[in-house]
Order: sequence, then structure tokens, then C-alpha cells
Amino acid sequence: MYIIVIGAGKVGWNLARELLEKEHEVTLIESDRRRYLTVEQELEHNVSYGDASELWVLERAGIQRADMVIAVTGDDEDNMLICQVAKEKYLVDQIIARVNNPRNRQHFDLLNVKPSVSATDLILRLLEHEVPEYGLVHLLDLQEEQLEIIEMLLGADSGVTGRRVGDLRMPDGSLLISVLRAGKGFVPSADTVLEVGDEVLAVLDPGKEDELKVLFGPAGPDGNGADA
Amino acid sequence: MLILIVGCGRVGSSVARAMLREGHEVSCLDEDPESHARLEVGLEKSWEDLGGQFTVGAGLETEALVAAGIERADAFIASTDGDNTNIIIAQIAQRRYEVPTVIARVLDPLRAEWYQRQGLHTVCPTSVAVDMLEGAVRSAAAAGGGPDGSAEAA
Repeated sequence: MYIIVIGAGKVGWNLARELLEKEHEVTLIESDRRRYLTVEQELEHNVSYGDASELWVLERAGIQRADMVIAVTGDDEDNMLICQVAKEKYLVDQIIARVNNPRNRQHFDLLNVKPSVSATDLILRLLEHEVPEYGLVHLLDLQEEQLEIIEMLLGADSGVTGRRVGDLRMPDGSLLISVLRAGKGFVPSADTVLEVGDEVLAVLDPGKEDELKVLFGPAGPDGNGADA
Repeated sequence: MLILIVGCGRVGSSVARAMLREGHEVSCLDEDPESHARLEVGLEKSWEDLGGQFTVGAGLETEALVAAGIERADAFIASTDGDNTNIIIAQIAQRRYEVPTVIARVLDPLRAEWYQRQGLHTVCPTSVAVDMLEGAVRSAAAAGGGPDGSAEAA
């Protein structure tokens, strides 16, 4: 594959090196002269000097025949613009954009720059996974399909332990798909009784997390979740 | 009519003053609090006393855009010093907030032209300057002499 990587910071440089090792053809584009000269000592002709938001710089790098463009600069506007141009003007099949500020992800989505990757988001999710008190872990986002899969650990204070799955009032657009108990997973039936320490997986429409959090979280004074 | 101007440099602040003078409601958004002073150059009263609004924040920040009034803006002008920023925030104004009139200042003629063809109204000062310079040289040549300096026959 021919892959153009934009931005020779730590992410871009390491990415280019790994891709070259996997025998892809790679051009790494860097706009800072000093950084370019540093990286060029190792990657030689695989690095190109220029501002990749200039269309002629992309064309000089051969964007017309690129199979993939990966924009990993430290500037979200640049990453969005480069990927938008790559996809819509040069019809590059596959793009990947780095999100520096997770709050900007909504803009990437709005401009249809997908998939986008945010290291901050990834670390936050990892943190949630490692620290189960956070309650709810995103395992998968299927953006095109408009679905998410999440995992929840049922604590001692959960409002659903000791209850039958069939009695739960699952929000519309959500489904309990499996239960992990004592290291084993199974698909629950209506008669499965949930226990403290169960990890449950649910598939849901985006935006239903909060309702599930209430249902599976601590039983509140209003009897949240424990409406049976 | 409410006009929201993001990027309050020489261009943005001049357009802002002109629009305010013409009786429009004008709101400016800039990352740099100091740019407020540029707005008041040549004004006899403060920007706010004359009815203007000024918000400190970046054009990509949703809260800042909302505070500056994007939800009820009739026109949006992106005139920061970054072409890519202008192109991106103009598309946000267009697609997310459905502002009826959206204009982006883009210095690079190639990007300006392509985004114009995609339906974004771009203004390219570079192209304007090139046209004016070419025109000035041509009229000087026509009035003065040929390329070798000799006077042309009338």
C-alpha cells in the first residue's frame, strides 16, 4: 500500500517507521524545517518537506495514487482539512485523523472525517477499564452502524443484583448480550439472576449510556433501577 | 441583522467597525483579549457603548461560539490568521448552526478555489492582490512602453 503520513512528530515518525518495516511505501510530510532535517537522517527519501495543507505539496507527494492518508499533526484544524481534502478532492480510499483535543471530535464527525483517533480518549477509556468504579466501559463504537457495546461491573450497591434479567426494564434501543461470571461468559436468559461481581455486556443505540448507568448503578433513594 | 466575526485582526476589526456603523448588530470572537483594543481604533466611544459585542475564545470552542451568538447569527465571517481554521469553522457555522451567510477568508488561492467549488463562500486576498498588481503593470506598460523599454507606436 502507498501511505502518506502527515506530521513527523513522535506519532508520525514512529508510525512511518513501523509502516516501512511492514514493507509499505510511505511518504512522511513535515512542515518544520529543523524537524524535517532530523527525521530525514533516518528515513531519508521517505520524508518530504512542506505544508501538507497546501494542495501542491500533497500532489507532489503523489496523493492521487495514495491508498491511505494519515494526518497526525498537533493541530486539529490541519488534520481535519487535510483529511477532508484527501477524501473529497483526491478520492483517497482510507483516511485516519488524529484528534488532539477530544472536545473537537464532534467537528471531525460533522465534517465526516472518520475514523478519528484521540490518545486522550483512549487513555481515559483504558482508565475506566482498569478502574471499575467508573462503572461503564466502552468496548466498541460502531459509528456507521449507530451502535455501541459497553461493559458494566455490578457492584455490591447495584440496583439490579439478585433480580431476574426478564424483570429488568431495559431502555428501548438496548439489549443485554452476555454476562461474565467467575471468568466464564454466557448469554443470559430471562431467568438468569444477576449477581454482585457480574460483568454484563450490553449493545445499545448511542446516547443510551446514561439510562443504563442509572439502571445498573447503585440503587438510589428513589429506587432507581429497582422498580420491580 | 447579527454579524458574527471570528478573528479580530486588521481585516476582521475593520469589517466589524464598518458593519456596526451601517447599523448592524456585530459580535466579535477572538482568542486574544488584546484584539479588543484594535476594534476601538478611531472610535470616539468604547466598542460596547456603540453596541458591539466582544467575546474571548477560539473559533473551534462550541461554548465560545454560542456565547458570541452563533445560534442566532445571520452572517458569519471567518477571518482568523489561519486558512485551515477559517475553512473548518466556516463549515461548522454552515452545517451545524445553519447560518444563512457564511464567508471564509482564505489566503491560499488553491484551497480558496476548491472550497468555493464545494459550496463554501471564500474570499481570497491573495488573488485580489495578484489581479491588481497584474492590472497595474499592464496599464503602466500600455501607457509607458514595450517590454524592451522603447515607446510603442500609438
